[in-house]
Amino acid sequence: MDLTPHFPIYMDYGATTPCDPRVVDAMIPWLREHYGNPASRSHAWGWEAEEAVETARQQVADLIGADPREIVWTSGATESNNLAIKGAAHFYQTKGKHLITVKTEHKAVLDPCRELERQGFDVTYMEVQEDGLLDLEQLKAAIRPDTILMSVMFVNNEIGVIQDIPAIGRMCREKGVLLHVDAAQATGKIEIDLKTLPVDLMSLASHKTYGPKGIGALYVRRKPRVRLEAQMHGGGHERGMRSGTLPTHQCVGMGEAFRIARLEMAQDYAKAKALHQRLLDGLQGIEQVFVNGNLQQRVPHNLNMSFNFVEGESLMMGIKGLAVSSGSACTSASLEPSYVLRALGRSDELAHSSLRMTIGRFTTEEEIDYAISTIKHNVSKLRELSPLWEMHQEGIDLSTIQWAAH
Amino acid sequence: MAYSEKVVDHYENPRNVGSFDKGDESVGTGMVGAPACGDVMKLQIKVNPATGVIEDARFKTYGCGSAIASSSLVTEWVKGKTLDEAAQLKNSQIADELALPPVKIHCSILAEDAIKAAVDDYRKKHSN
Repeated sequence: MDLTPHFPIYMDYGATTPCDPRVVDAMIPWLREHYGNPASRSHAWGWEAEEAVETARQQVADLIGADPREIVWTSGATESNNLAIKGAAHFYQTKGKHLITVKTEHKAVLDPCRELERQGFDVTYMEVQEDGLLDLEQLKAAIRPDTILMSVMFVNNEIGVIQDIPAIGRMCREKGVLLHVDAAQATGKIEIDLKTLPVDLMSLASHKTYGPKGIGALYVRRKPRVRLEAQMHGGGHERGMRSGTLPTHQCVGMGEAFRIARLEMAQDYAKAKALHQRLLDGLQGIEQVFVNGNLQQRVPHNLNMSFNFVEGESLMMGIKGLAVSSGSACTSASLEPSYVLRALGRSDELAHSSLRMTIGRFTTEEEIDYAISTIKHNVSKLRELSPLWEMHQEGIDLSTIQWAAH
Repeated sequence: MAYSEKVVDHYENPRNVGSFDKGDESVGTGMVGAPACGDVMKLQIKVNPATGVIEDARFKTYGCGSAIASSSLVTEWVKGKTLDEAAQLKNSQIADELALPPVKIHCSILAEDAIKAAVDDYRKKHSN
């Protein structure tokens, strides 16, 4: 029976979420008739656009317990990460030139850090434990007198684990170090309340929380005040921190998406949790399957598994009715397997054999059941094809074999 | 990235999957690649000792769709060839036939290495 639809079932919410239809509806008028520039102070076209943008700013702030004056619009989480890390490093460089981040961060954090290294800053990249979580004692020990900024993501994009941001925040406060948190994968999934959470800078994305692509925001704490050096210069928009005409429809879309997320987080979470359990139960029966990342301290929207002796890309080719992603090298141009899985100490072959399944608001039980059956079928088919599976069946320990690298 | 029709066909209907007894005098076995690199190919040939012609072939591959297709194709091609002919197979022929994109050329190189290794193994068994 071929259940493959024209477009595969979407289980790649970690890459991007569908835009909620309510969000699209809210955006359209601001593309059609209400085209004013929110920075135009001299007429009604500008006033109404400004009002829409400020309402949206309030909606974004509300989801994370912030003041709207602490929200700076950006083009997305990548820009927010750049502005936070480079902006803070440049502003505070006379205090010190040392930063701390984590090996499993998104490239949008790691690359700005690399750039700062080229500019003469010193960056420590923390190892994580086997379950993807930081050892807080080690983290504390890495703080130096010249450390100015720490950047730790809330929810990992590949493996879904939740770092202990409250504890890390308290540690940073105690040591006088600023804390930046990439929360692109966290909004709408876990409660964030910056009134009590000791975080100084937080990157937010719209399109991971059912909003449109091309818009994001950076939370910049006012009390105690955090300063940034602008990375984008121009008309002095966003209190000089990020110049550029605001895209009203995009801001409205992100605002509406965050408003909905706040209202529906509890039900979204309960649904994801049930579906996650269903998927996990269905796949755990397969031999030689490993979950990547801590199973308790995680968002249920993510399930990352390695199917030993089956290469990830060939598995994705088989389960063509499902849109998922893999840590296999063959899915990227670099031919290197996922650096995140390798940071967990996973062997290269398990990294090559991984699938990331990410689910969300519009995932159904039927889709989960289809996923389980197609994955099971293809894993078993590919194992019949796998010389490594054959050797495993014969009791040969693959780690004892001298492979010729190529 | 879309796969070529031929890659998909070999992936969906791999030819000559399986194993021969490695200890069999008429069998040559080549195992190339490494799990850490994301692909391992095992290719086996069964040779008629009287004529030196490859009468049958089997493969098993851990790797991406292009790696599976490359090794599946090679098992088809080497049947009926002499050892010398099989050893002359070039990766470019495999890459052309399967329309492999540049990032997948290494799959065809691996398949060429595998058939060469299988021929070598058979010859080693019969060197005296």
